[in-house]
Amino acid sequence: VLSASFIYIAALLRTSLVKMIHFVLLISRQGKVRLTKWYSPYSQKERSKVIRELSGVILARGPKLCNFVEWRGYKVVYKRYASLYFCMCVDQEDNELEVLEMIHHYVEILDRYFGSVCELDLIFNFHKAYYILDELLLAGELQESSKKTVARLIAAQDSLVETAKEQANSISNMIAQATK
Amino acid sequence: MALSGMRGLSVFISDVRNCQNKEQERLRVDKELGNIRTRFKNEKGLTPYEKKKYVWKMLYIYMLGYDVDFGHMEAVSLISAPKYPEKQVGYIVTSCLLNENHDFLRLAINTVRNDIIGRNETFQCLALTMVGNIGGREFAESLAPDVQKLLISSSFRPLVRKKAALCLLRLYRKNPDVVNVDGWSDRMTQLLDERDLGVLTSSMSLLVALVSNYHDAYWSCLPKCVKILERLSRNQDVPQEYTYYGIPSPWLQVKTMRALQYFPTIEDPNTRRSLFEVLQRILMGTDVVKNVNKNNASHAVLFEALALVMHLDAEKEMMSQCVALLGKFIAVREPNIRYLGLENMTRMLMVTDVQDIIKRHQAQIITSLKDPDISIRRRALDLLYGMCDVSNAKDIVEELLQYLSTADFAMREELSLKAAILAEKFAPDLSWYVDVILQLIDKAGDFVSDDIWFRVVQFVTNNEDLQPYAAVKAREYLDKPAIHETMVKVSAYILGEYGHFLAQRTGCSPKELFSIIHEKLPTVSTSTIPILLSTYAKILMHSQPPDPDLQNQIWAIFSKYESCIDIEIQQRAVEYFALSRKGAALMDILAEMPKFPERQSALIKKAEDNEVDTAEQSAIKLRTQQQQNSNALVVADPQPANGTPPVGQLGLVKVPSMTSTADLKPVDQGLTQANGTMTKVDPYPPDSSADLLGDLLGPLALEGPPSTAAQLEQNYVPGIDGVPSTADALALAPVEEPANSVQPIGNIAERFHALCLKDSGVLYEDPHIQIGIKAEWRAHHGRLVLFLGNKNTSPLVSVQAIILPPSHLKMELSLVPETIPPRAQVQCPLEVVNLRPSRDVAVLDFSYKFGHAAVNVKLRLPAVLNKFLQPIPVSAEEFFPQWKSLSGPPLKLQEVVRGVKPLSLPEMANFFTTLRLMVCPGLDPNQNNLVASTTFYSEATRAMLCLIRIETDPADRTQLRMTIATGDPTLTFELKEFLKEHLISVPTAPRAPAPPPVSQPTPPPATLNDPGAILAGLL
Repeated sequence: VLSASFIYIAALLRTSLVKMIHFVLLISRQGKVRLTKWYSPYSQKERSKVIRELSGVILARGPKLCNFVEWRGYKVVYKRYASLYFCMCVDQEDNELEVLEMIHHYVEILDRYFGSVCELDLIFNFHKAYYILDELLLAGELQESSKKTVARLIAAQDSLVETAKEQANSISNMIAQATK
Repeated sequence: MALSGMRGLSVFISDVRNCQNKEQERLRVDKELGNIRTRFKNEKGLTPYEKKKYVWKMLYIYMLGYDVDFGHMEAVSLISAPKYPEKQVGYIVTSCLLNENHDFLRLAINTVRNDIIGRNETFQCLALTMVGNIGGREFAESLAPDVQKLLISSSFRPLVRKKAALCLLRLYRKNPDVVNVDGWSDRMTQLLDERDLGVLTSSMSLLVALVSNYHDAYWSCLPKCVKILERLSRNQDVPQEYTYYGIPSPWLQVKTMRALQYFPTIEDPNTRRSLFEVLQRILMGTDVVKNVNKNNASHAVLFEALALVMHLDAEKEMMSQCVALLGKFIAVREPNIRYLGLENMTRMLMVTDVQDIIKRHQAQIITSLKDPDISIRRRALDLLYGMCDVSNAKDIVEELLQYLSTADFAMREELSLKAAILAEKFAPDLSWYVDVILQLIDKAGDFVSDDIWFRVVQFVTNNEDLQPYAAVKAREYLDKPAIHETMVKVSAYILGEYGHFLAQRTGCSPKELFSIIHEKLPTVSTSTIPILLSTYAKILMHSQPPDPDLQNQIWAIFSKYESCIDIEIQQRAVEYFALSRKGAALMDILAEMPKFPERQSALIKKAEDNEVDTAEQSAIKLRTQQQQNSNALVVADPQPANGTPPVGQLGLVKVPSMTSTADLKPVDQGLTQANGTMTKVDPYPPDSSADLLGDLLGPLALEGPPSTAAQLEQNYVPGIDGVPSTADALALAPVEEPANSVQPIGNIAERFHALCLKDSGVLYEDPHIQIGIKAEWRAHHGRLVLFLGNKNTSPLVSVQAIILPPSHLKMELSLVPETIPPRAQVQCPLEVVNLRPSRDVAVLDFSYKFGHAAVNVKLRLPAVLNKFLQPIPVSAEEFFPQWKSLSGPPLKLQEVVRGVKPLSLPEMANFFTTLRLMVCPGLDPNQNNLVASTTFYSEATRAMLCLIRIETDPADRTQLRMTIATGDPTLTFELKEFLKEHLISVPTAPRAPAPPPVSQPTPPPATLNDPGAILAGLL
């Protein structure tokens, strides 16, 4: 019993070395998962368990509470936007407010990209949400803090895909012409 | 809106959304999975577009929570597609579906590497992103150099380089050797000059990881970090797009300050000054604004600045400023700020000197314990736990108890554990401790582990004063209508042992006690029944005169359980039944349980390891001492050297404490005899004498003439005749004078005294040999190494070294060679274990032959009492309650010492420091007094706090009054005598002329057999 208190004391000391975002979760109010991104290795089983546990904890929290939840020695920073909860899991020693504003930063970029983003946009274009996240975070760290830069990079990717599609179309048109 | 552009995918998502229930959804998903599986089987017929579509569907299904155990291969194979759209999907889906431990990833390494080293920038980005997100060790080994190149080469654009920086960070986490290349730290320093803030942000994350592991290589980054911080905080040269709600990249600011926290200190005064200017600006210039995001961002920076200030150990003024800020934060309405205020205040507890300022906020923190938000309540609990000490324990623990009734289940266990620990650590008195634990069991029985109630039983058993009180309390709880089973256990146990103290009270006759306890029996589990049976047996024994009615009832219960299937219950029932028919025999066997040997709790052990911060530590020590204090008369450790352990120490029969001490005395004498001491010349064996003084003759020690004990000793000063002219005859006692033609070099006594105060030096020297000594001490263990050096060009023969240890030291000398070769030095380690407090000195009986000269010397070994001391600082809050609780003899002894070597106070303080006593300035209001504290270690006492007060007379420095308090009477006495000896003969160089030699009685011839032992016994 008493030794437990020392584990606790040790946890108070600034000892942890790895400080990073371990995962990002987007969950709807109904508990549906809209996006998951794992920066630390979790097996499929662990992933489902984490999602189950955390949606239980976070969806149950009332309004006007703080945006931080302590969970299994980690901290989950979350924020609700309309029907969606954006969650990031970080270490005890991480700077909570910094992470909270990373979430908002992401939401603003999504908003700019989709033009007033709503849950439906993220459902039907979940892959876009992934592309954008990959320009924002990498290795569980913030990669780019300029919304403008992220928007530019995503636009460039989109146009690459468009060009490829047009090329493919014109080739198939040419084949169709030739085999007429 | 840019829609997916994949109709099939959109249709599928719509279908799933339109499902009425989970079952329908499963059917739709299973159908789709079947479809995908068939299509993947015939891969050749798939267009790239179809492949992409199916892979996305798979990811969608996976996200919905279904197992997707196929198709990984297809996702991975898309990575090697030649065109961007397919490649992009391949990379992203792979990094979502797989983790670093997945075998399929290995297949992709080559493709990934080709993309990284290829010239296609967009491919490079895709590859770096995937490796950065899920790359494992193998990736680290094969890709690190390529990634490094991308990061440091200016020919690549920022979009590639920032990804390379974070990708390298990932690889570094997987295998720290990846940056183990020459000059990497220089490269890192150059990277901090980067103009592009995206690249700089990523590089800063990399730097944080590097310095957190090994800061030494990156000192040159430190001034650059400070420059970056200055630039950002002044908003100089920061592009608009990198400001966030008007704040220049808050994330980069936070990261940079994080990096700085991994450097132990900042030495360069200019850099330090610049940094403090920035920090001061952040601390004072952060205002609360309306916009939530701006507020969060600026406070993110502020909290990081606070952490950095704490780390840098700023001046007290700045620290107080920080605490003041935090005090403001914990009272605001905004829950995030309140939460962070509490969290950071807890971190602040680690900083010295601010605890008192934090305590001023106690009321506000207690309010937070009732916050509607569990996250905030948790922080408040942690903070209260951390800030608790003897001064506020009562308030805090009582708050915790009150909160326990309403606390969420999720917190109750932690709460009860913390309350129990605090109650034990800081109890102002033991009855309060009992109250707390009983309330704890009452309010949260389910969350109170067995250890907690075992502990309270130990306390009650070992403290006689507490027993009637505990019995009253236990009886009161039994009146409550529904009590927790743990409460039944504790109450039954306590009433069985001490219920008879209550016999005079109403409702507490044996019969009444029995029936109220027996009422609970139907409600308890089998683990509790044996405890109840023991209680019944004890109640029966205590009912005097015997009550036949009660006896019949209890016997009926015993016989009922004689056939119980639970073996423990059955055995007790059978045995108690048989025993209770034996009448008088029952009295012996069922008498009160003996005291528990004081267990070393994990807390105390930790204190010994010296790893806890001092505040914590001294609190634990104080607590320990209170415990040991309370059962100081119980000799717990049977003497290992003795074949017959003291009678019945652990049996069921009560051993009155005085008897147990008396029992042990012959044992001690036996031991001393075994060591060769003749009891008749040693009428005052130190161990038993200390016991006697402590237990019986306390008044003698205290009120007798100033140095009765010293006088006694002086009479027996064993100057074994030989060198009466030597200043200190105690030191060298060469026997068989005629044989000793060899004269020592230097003063042996002085050498010994010097070695008492330091750990290495020369113990003895003559023309042929030099004996050096080097010692290490840790708690009650010591390791001495004797260096025997032959100074001659011919060997020393018949070398013999025998240790004559006093009874309180266990000593083991390794083998000493019979011959020491010319000009050689041999090392002989000597292990020492301190068993008990004693001033006795071990003697080394050393002899050798050189030519015709046979030399034999007896040397005192510096394994003296102060070597087992470890200084420990004590604050006023800790000192005074303790000092008061040790109210008088035998634990606290006072004596006026005369004939003291005159020392000024600073000189005396210095001298105490060399004796390993921690002088605590400011504790005693009188400037002529000196207060010191230390911890003494021995096997019997464990770590024990010793408090010392010296009152000097400025008019006459040759006298002083000394008060010593410890939790052990022997230790108190021995320490007092020890200090007295040292104060009377403080060794100073040059040594004062010899004091008039004490008359030295010629020892009886018998002692010649083993004079060393007498030395050991009497010095």
